[in-house]
Amino acid sequence: MMQHQNVPQPMPPERPADPIPSWPPSVASVCVRVETEPDIAAACREIRWLAERMGFARSPAYYLATAASELATNLLIHAGGGWLRAASVAGRHPNEPPGIELVAEDAGPGIADLALALTEGYSTAGGLGCGLPGVERLMDVFAMDSRPGHGTRVRAIKWP
Amino acid sequence: MRIPVLSLGRILLVSIQEDLTDSDAMQFQSDLVERVAETEALGVAIDITALDVVDSYMARVINDTAYMVRLLGAEAVICGVQPFVAMTLIEMGRDLLGADCAFNLEQGLEILKGRIAKRGDTRFDEDEDA
Repeated sequence: MMQHQNVPQPMPPERPADPIPSWPPSVASVCVRVETEPDIAAACREIRWLAERMGFARSPAYYLATAASELATNLLIHAGGGWLRAASVAGRHPNEPPGIELVAEDAGPGIADLALALTEGYSTAGGLGCGLPGVERLMDVFAMDSRPGHGTRVRAIKWP
Repeated sequence: MRIPVLSLGRILLVSIQEDLTDSDAMQFQSDLVERVAETEALGVAIDITALDVVDSYMARVINDTAYMVRLLGAEAVICGVQPFVAMTLIEMGRDLLGADCAFNLEQGLEILKGRIAKRGDTRFDEDEDA
Protein backbone atom coordinates (compact mmCIF):
# COMPACT_ATOMS: atom_id res chain seq x y z
CA MET A 1 0.00 0.00 0.00
CA MET A 2 2.66 2.51 1.14
CA GLN A 3 4.96 2.05 -1.85
CA HIS A 4 2.37 3.48 -4.18
CA GLN A 5 2.52 6.84 -2.46
CA ASN A 6 5.57 8.15 -4.33
CA VAL A 7 4.58 6.87 -7.71
CA PRO A 8 3.82 9.95 -9.81
CA GLN A 9 0.20 10.12 -10.70
CA PRO A 10 -0.49 10.14 -14.43
CA MET A 11 -1.73 13.48 -15.65
CA PRO A 12 -5.46 13.57 -16.15
CA PRO A 13 -6.25 13.38 -19.84
CA GLU A 14 -7.16 16.60 -21.58
CA ARG A 15 -10.86 17.12 -21.30
CA PRO A 16 -12.30 16.82 -24.80
CA ALA A 17 -14.13 19.87 -26.10
CA ASP A 18 -17.77 19.74 -25.17
CA PRO A 19 -19.51 18.45 -28.30
CA ILE A 20 -22.68 20.25 -27.26
CA PRO A 21 -22.23 24.00 -26.99
CA SER A 22 -23.52 25.49 -23.78
CA TRP A 23 -25.61 27.91 -25.80
CA PRO A 24 -28.34 27.89 -26.94
CA PRO A 25 -30.04 25.72 -24.33
CA SER A 26 -31.78 22.84 -26.06
CA VAL A 27 -35.04 23.03 -24.14
CA ALA A 28 -35.81 25.28 -21.24
CA SER A 29 -39.32 25.56 -19.97
CA VAL A 30 -41.46 26.29 -16.97
CA CYS A 31 -45.06 25.26 -16.50
CA VAL A 32 -47.14 26.54 -13.61
CA ARG A 33 -50.73 25.72 -12.72
CA VAL A 34 -52.35 28.92 -11.47
CA GLU A 35 -55.15 28.10 -9.06
CA THR A 36 -54.55 30.26 -6.00
CA GLU A 37 -53.04 33.66 -5.38
CA PRO A 38 -49.63 32.41 -4.21
CA ASP A 39 -49.30 30.63 -7.57
CA ILE A 40 -49.11 34.04 -9.27
CA ALA A 41 -45.99 35.03 -7.34
CA ALA A 42 -44.53 31.55 -7.88
CA ALA A 43 -45.13 31.70 -11.64
CA CYS A 44 -43.61 35.13 -11.80
CA ARG A 45 -40.49 34.00 -9.91
CA GLU A 46 -40.04 30.83 -11.97
CA ILE A 47 -40.25 32.78 -15.21
CA ARG A 48 -37.73 35.35 -14.01
CA TRP A 49 -35.34 32.55 -13.08
CA LEU A 50 -35.81 30.98 -16.50
CA ALA A 51 -35.00 34.32 -18.16
CA GLU A 52 -31.93 34.75 -15.97
CA ARG A 53 -30.74 31.21 -16.70
CA MET A 54 -31.12 31.86 -20.41
CA GLY A 55 -28.94 34.92 -20.13
CA PHE A 56 -31.61 37.59 -20.60
CA ALA A 57 -30.59 41.11 -19.65
CA ARG A 58 -32.30 42.46 -16.57
CA SER A 59 -34.84 44.70 -18.22
CA PRO A 60 -36.38 42.10 -20.56
CA ALA A 61 -36.32 39.65 -17.62
CA TYR A 62 -38.37 42.07 -15.52
CA TYR A 63 -40.70 42.80 -18.42
CA LEU A 64 -41.29 39.06 -18.77
CA ALA A 65 -41.90 38.61 -15.05
CA THR A 66 -44.37 41.49 -15.00
CA ALA A 67 -46.18 40.20 -18.10
CA ALA A 68 -46.32 36.76 -16.43
CA SER A 69 -47.81 38.34 -13.34
CA GLU A 70 -50.48 40.12 -15.40
CA LEU A 71 -51.37 36.97 -17.33
CA ALA A 72 -51.47 34.83 -14.18
CA THR A 73 -53.71 37.39 -12.46
CA ASN A 74 -56.03 37.34 -15.48
CA LEU A 75 -56.17 33.52 -15.39
CA LEU A 76 -57.24 33.61 -11.77
CA ILE A 77 -59.66 36.55 -11.90
CA HIS A 78 -61.39 35.89 -15.22
CA ALA A 79 -61.18 32.12 -15.61
CA GLY A 80 -60.77 30.84 -12.05
CA GLY A 81 -57.41 29.30 -12.93
CA GLY A 82 -55.38 27.97 -15.82
CA TRP A 83 -51.92 27.10 -17.03
CA LEU A 84 -49.04 29.45 -17.55
CA ARG A 85 -46.12 28.07 -19.57
CA ALA A 86 -42.87 29.63 -20.58
CA ALA A 87 -40.43 28.02 -23.00
CA SER A 88 -37.43 28.99 -25.06
CA VAL A 89 -38.09 29.62 -28.75
CA ALA A 90 -35.52 29.88 -31.53
CA GLY A 91 -34.32 33.38 -32.33
CA ARG A 92 -35.62 35.30 -35.34
CA HIS A 93 -32.40 34.53 -37.21
CA PRO A 94 -30.12 31.50 -36.88
CA ASN A 95 -27.39 33.54 -35.19
CA GLU A 96 -29.67 35.31 -32.74
CA PRO A 97 -30.14 34.03 -29.19
CA PRO A 98 -33.40 32.31 -28.30
CA GLY A 99 -36.34 34.17 -26.84
CA ILE A 100 -38.97 33.14 -24.32
CA GLU A 101 -42.55 32.41 -25.24
CA LEU A 102 -45.26 32.84 -22.61
CA VAL A 103 -48.50 30.91 -23.05
CA ALA A 104 -51.45 31.49 -20.75
CA GLU A 105 -54.30 29.07 -21.32
CA ASP A 106 -57.60 28.63 -19.56
CA ALA A 107 -60.95 26.96 -19.99
CA GLY A 108 -62.87 29.95 -18.72
CA PRO A 109 -65.75 31.89 -20.25
CA GLY A 110 -63.64 33.22 -23.12
CA ILE A 111 -63.57 36.73 -24.52
CA ALA A 112 -66.35 37.76 -26.91
CA ASP A 113 -64.63 40.88 -28.26
CA LEU A 114 -60.86 40.51 -28.44
CA ALA A 115 -60.30 44.04 -29.75
CA LEU A 116 -62.28 45.49 -26.84
CA ALA A 117 -60.28 43.42 -24.31
CA LEU A 118 -57.11 44.97 -25.73
CA THR A 119 -58.47 48.50 -25.48
CA GLU A 120 -56.73 50.78 -23.05
CA GLY A 121 -58.82 51.32 -19.94
CA TYR A 122 -61.43 48.63 -20.63
CA SER A 123 -61.98 46.23 -17.75
CA THR A 124 -64.74 43.86 -16.75
CA ALA A 125 -63.40 42.96 -13.31
CA GLY A 126 -62.75 46.38 -11.83
CA GLY A 127 -59.10 46.51 -12.79
CA LEU A 128 -57.20 49.40 -14.29
CA GLY A 129 -57.85 48.04 -17.75
CA CYS A 130 -54.18 47.98 -18.64
CA GLY A 131 -53.37 44.32 -18.02
CA LEU A 132 -53.63 42.89 -21.54
CA PRO A 133 -52.62 46.08 -23.38
CA GLY A 134 -49.74 46.30 -20.89
CA VAL A 135 -48.63 42.76 -21.73
CA GLU A 136 -48.87 43.59 -25.43
CA ARG A 137 -46.53 46.55 -24.91
CA LEU A 138 -44.10 44.70 -22.63
CA MET A 139 -43.64 41.77 -25.02
CA ASP A 140 -42.30 41.77 -28.59
CA VAL A 141 -44.83 39.42 -30.19
CA PHE A 142 -48.38 39.09 -28.95
CA ALA A 143 -51.28 36.94 -30.07
CA MET A 144 -54.56 36.07 -28.43
CA ASP A 145 -57.37 33.76 -29.42
CA SER A 146 -60.53 32.89 -27.63
CA ARG A 147 -63.72 30.97 -28.16
CA PRO A 148 -66.54 32.21 -25.97
CA GLY A 149 -67.54 29.39 -23.64
CA HIS A 150 -64.39 27.39 -24.33
CA GLY A 151 -61.49 29.42 -23.02
CA THR A 152 -58.76 31.78 -23.98
CA ARG A 153 -55.14 31.45 -25.01
CA VAL A 154 -52.63 34.27 -24.96
CA ARG A 155 -49.21 33.79 -26.53
CA ALA A 156 -46.42 36.31 -26.34
CA ILE A 157 -42.70 36.25 -27.10
CA LYS A 158 -39.89 38.33 -25.66
CA TRP A 159 -36.45 38.47 -27.28
CA PRO A 160 -33.47 38.95 -24.98
CA MET B 1 -49.20 37.98 5.79
CA ARG B 2 -49.95 41.28 7.50
CA ILE B 3 -47.75 44.26 6.80
CA PRO B 4 -46.67 46.05 9.97
CA VAL B 5 -47.46 49.76 10.15
CA LEU B 6 -44.80 51.59 12.18
CA SER B 7 -45.32 55.03 13.60
CA LEU B 8 -42.64 57.65 13.91
CA GLY B 9 -44.18 60.61 15.69
CA ARG B 10 -47.20 61.38 13.55
CA ILE B 11 -45.80 59.84 10.43
CA LEU B 12 -46.59 56.22 9.54
CA LEU B 13 -44.10 53.94 7.81
CA VAL B 14 -45.00 50.84 5.83
CA SER B 15 -42.62 48.64 3.94
CA ILE B 16 -44.12 46.28 1.38
CA GLN B 17 -42.14 43.07 0.94
CA GLU B 18 -42.28 40.59 -1.90
CA ASP B 19 -44.94 37.99 -2.54
CA LEU B 20 -47.94 40.02 -1.54
CA THR B 21 -51.06 38.22 -2.71
CA ASP B 22 -54.05 40.21 -3.89
CA SER B 23 -55.97 39.66 -0.67
CA ASP B 24 -52.90 40.67 1.38
CA ALA B 25 -52.76 43.83 -0.69
CA MET B 26 -56.39 44.66 0.09
CA GLN B 27 -55.77 43.91 3.76
CA PHE B 28 -52.77 46.24 3.70
CA GLN B 29 -54.85 48.99 2.14
CA SER B 30 -57.63 48.82 4.69
CA ASP B 31 -55.21 48.42 7.62
CA LEU B 32 -53.24 51.48 6.61
CA VAL B 33 -56.24 53.68 5.86
CA GLU B 34 -57.88 52.74 9.18
CA ARG B 35 -54.67 53.38 11.04
CA VAL B 36 -54.26 56.82 9.44
CA ALA B 37 -57.80 57.76 10.46
CA GLU B 38 -57.38 56.36 13.95
CA THR B 39 -54.10 58.11 14.74
CA GLU B 40 -54.79 61.21 12.62
CA ALA B 41 -51.37 60.73 11.11
CA LEU B 42 -49.97 63.68 9.17
CA GLY B 43 -48.01 61.70 6.65
CA VAL B 44 -47.46 58.17 5.33
CA ALA B 45 -44.32 56.80 3.69
CA ILE B 46 -44.88 53.63 1.66
CA ASP B 47 -41.58 51.88 1.00
CA ILE B 48 -41.49 49.49 -1.97
CA THR B 49 -37.71 49.01 -2.20
CA ALA B 50 -38.15 45.24 -1.85
CA LEU B 51 -40.60 44.93 -4.75
CA ASP B 52 -38.89 43.72 -7.94
CA VAL B 53 -42.04 43.06 -9.89
CA VAL B 54 -44.98 45.44 -9.68
CA ASP B 55 -47.86 44.48 -11.94
CA SER B 56 -50.77 46.73 -12.79
CA TYR B 57 -52.83 45.36 -9.89
CA MET B 58 -50.12 46.09 -7.32
CA ALA B 59 -49.50 49.52 -8.84
CA ARG B 60 -53.19 50.26 -8.55
CA VAL B 61 -53.30 49.20 -4.90
CA ILE B 62 -50.29 51.38 -4.03
CA ASN B 63 -51.63 54.33 -5.98
CA ASP B 64 -55.15 54.06 -4.57
CA THR B 65 -53.79 53.75 -1.05
CA ALA B 66 -51.77 56.94 -1.48
CA TYR B 67 -54.87 58.79 -2.73
CA MET B 68 -57.04 57.40 0.08
CA VAL B 69 -54.52 58.60 2.62
CA ARG B 70 -54.63 62.06 1.03
CA LEU B 71 -58.41 62.12 1.09
CA LEU B 72 -58.25 61.59 4.83
CA GLY B 73 -56.01 64.63 5.18
CA ALA B 74 -52.52 63.15 5.38
CA GLU B 75 -49.63 63.40 2.93
CA ALA B 76 -48.33 60.28 1.18
CA VAL B 77 -45.01 59.50 -0.46
CA ILE B 78 -43.95 56.29 -2.22
CA CYS B 79 -40.30 55.45 -1.61
CA GLY B 80 -37.74 53.27 -3.32
CA VAL B 81 -39.24 52.45 -6.73
CA GLN B 82 -36.62 50.22 -8.36
CA PRO B 83 -35.24 51.26 -11.77
CA PHE B 84 -36.62 48.17 -13.51
CA VAL B 85 -39.99 48.64 -11.86
CA ALA B 86 -40.07 52.22 -13.17
CA MET B 87 -39.15 51.05 -16.69
CA THR B 88 -41.78 48.32 -16.65
CA LEU B 89 -44.55 50.55 -15.32
CA ILE B 90 -43.93 53.24 -17.91
CA GLU B 91 -43.73 50.64 -20.67
CA MET B 92 -47.06 49.16 -19.56
CA GLY B 93 -48.88 52.45 -19.41
CA ARG B 94 -48.53 55.89 -17.94
CA ASP B 95 -50.27 56.96 -14.78
CA LEU B 96 -49.75 53.63 -13.08
CA LEU B 97 -47.96 55.39 -10.25
CA GLY B 98 -49.32 58.90 -10.02
CA ALA B 99 -48.43 59.62 -6.42
CA ASP B 100 -45.29 61.42 -5.28
CA CYS B 101 -42.13 59.35 -5.10
CA ALA B 102 -38.75 59.54 -3.41
CA PHE B 103 -35.52 57.60 -3.86
CA ASN B 104 -35.53 56.14 -0.38
CA LEU B 105 -37.23 56.27 2.98
CA GLU B 106 -34.96 59.02 4.26
CA GLN B 107 -35.80 61.35 1.37
CA GLY B 108 -39.43 60.35 1.61
CA LEU B 109 -39.52 61.48 5.24
CA GLU B 110 -37.87 64.79 4.30
CA ILE B 111 -40.49 65.38 1.62
CA LEU B 112 -43.30 64.53 4.04
CA LYS B 113 -41.94 66.87 6.71
CA GLY B 114 -41.48 69.67 4.19
CA ARG B 115 -44.97 69.25 2.87
CA ILE B 116 -46.55 69.09 6.29
CA ALA B 117 -44.71 72.30 7.27
CA LYS B 118 -45.81 73.98 4.00
CA ARG B 119 -49.40 73.08 4.69
CA GLY B 120 -49.12 75.23 7.78
CA ASP B 121 -49.91 72.26 9.93
CA THR B 122 -48.70 73.19 13.36
CA ARG B 123 -49.70 69.91 14.95
CA PHE B 124 -46.46 68.35 13.76
CA ASP B 125 -44.24 71.01 15.38
CA GLU B 126 -46.12 70.73 18.65
CA ASP B 127 -45.47 67.02 18.71
CA GLU B 128 -41.79 67.52 18.07
CA ASP B 129 -41.51 69.84 21.07
CA ALA B 130 -43.49 67.63 23.38
